[in-house]
Amino acid sequence: MYNGGKILAGLLVFLALGSSPFWYGGGGRSASPPALPLDTPGIRKLTAKQCVEPAPYMKASHMTLLETWRESVVREGNRLYANQEGKQFSMSLSQTCLGCHSNKEKFCDACHSYAGVKPACWSCHTVPPEGRP
Amino acid sequence: MNWTRRSFLKWGSLALVGLGVRPGAADSGTAEVPRFAPLSKNLKGRRWAMVVDSRKCPPGCRDCIEACHRVHNVPDFGNPKDEVKWIWNEPFKDVFPGQEHPLLGEKLRERPILVLCNHCDNPPCVRVCPTRATYRRPEDGIVMMDYHRCIGCRFCVAGCPYGARSMNFRDPRPFLKAIDPRFPTRTKGVVEKCNFCEERLAQGLRPACVEQFRPVAGFIVQWLIGPCQFEQLVRHARQQ
Repeated sequence: MYNGGKILAGLLVFLALGSSPFWYGGGGRSASPPALPLDTPGIRKLTAKQCVEPAPYMKASHMTLLETWRESVVREGNRLYANQEGKQFSMSLSQTCLGCHSNKEKFCDACHSYAGVKPACWSCHTVPPEGRP
Repeated sequence: MNWTRRSFLKWGSLALVGLGVRPGAADSGTAEVPRFAPLSKNLKGRRWAMVVDSRKCPPGCRDCIEACHRVHNVPDFGNPKDEVKWIWNEPFKDVFPGQEHPLLGEKLRERPILVLCNHCDNPPCVRVCPTRATYRRPEDGIVMMDYHRCIGCRFCVAGCPYGARSMNFRDPRPFLKAIDPRFPTRTKGVVEKCNFCEERLAQGLRPACVEQFRPVAGFIVQWLIGPCQFEQLVRHARQQ
């Protein structure tokens, strides 16, 4: 190959530079998802440790649920939500959700910053003192 | 195995159909249908009305204004240019410009009258809102705001003939003495106004300003079925 040494060296430098963000970010290891602590006074008080809906649904679709709640409360004037077992909850982010998950910084924020999402809920809705940074 | 073109296409298309079915089958077990339960103790009205007997307002009293602003986290920016208000005092001559008369005494002309959003039958703020953030609830006539949708265009501020709408030109949170966690605050760039305490009506409570009113003052909140009921309401307030 004509000038083979220079070309191969150049390619190596290019590969090293091009892949540098991956090495810089931990050598290809994926970041481990945050552990979400459930040890809050509100949850300790519960006899059955059960969220509004089953945990897998809440993990995957809590944003959809909250959006439905928002539309239902503000636009349609509904206030109560009945889950699959028929148990009723007040549709309130600050009262119902944060009533149990009062550790907002460790519960909501930890996962949101891991997933790189910035929900605008907290610019208006209030956070209990123990969940503030 | 001897693959013919025909069997390859047959099995291949069958596999594709299978791929299409799988996500649907996986979702069907967990599909969520929103279910809402009706409220039991809420106050219902076909058309809410509030009667304020201004003769019974003690001079200089701001109890109901402060009660409203406290439960709704209304900020006090400390200057009239940025003022945010849900219920406030206005001189008689400005509240009722149609009642202007040369023989009205100066005392009456300047007398403070308590005013709030009129929750109009045909609200101009609703007509001009481009995002339908402001809307009128057909079931009880309350003109409501959805702060989530407000883009801060201030068409409603210009549209309201009564000055009942206020814009948050600055972030309101630093200007709140205490935040009531039961009601959200607003952000910079959002318009706000009286919501007839719809969140309290839903719990079966009367509006905060009405609750705060001293028994000597005639502050009555009622729902209207017809126009004659409103007359009854005013007559009742006069007799007290």
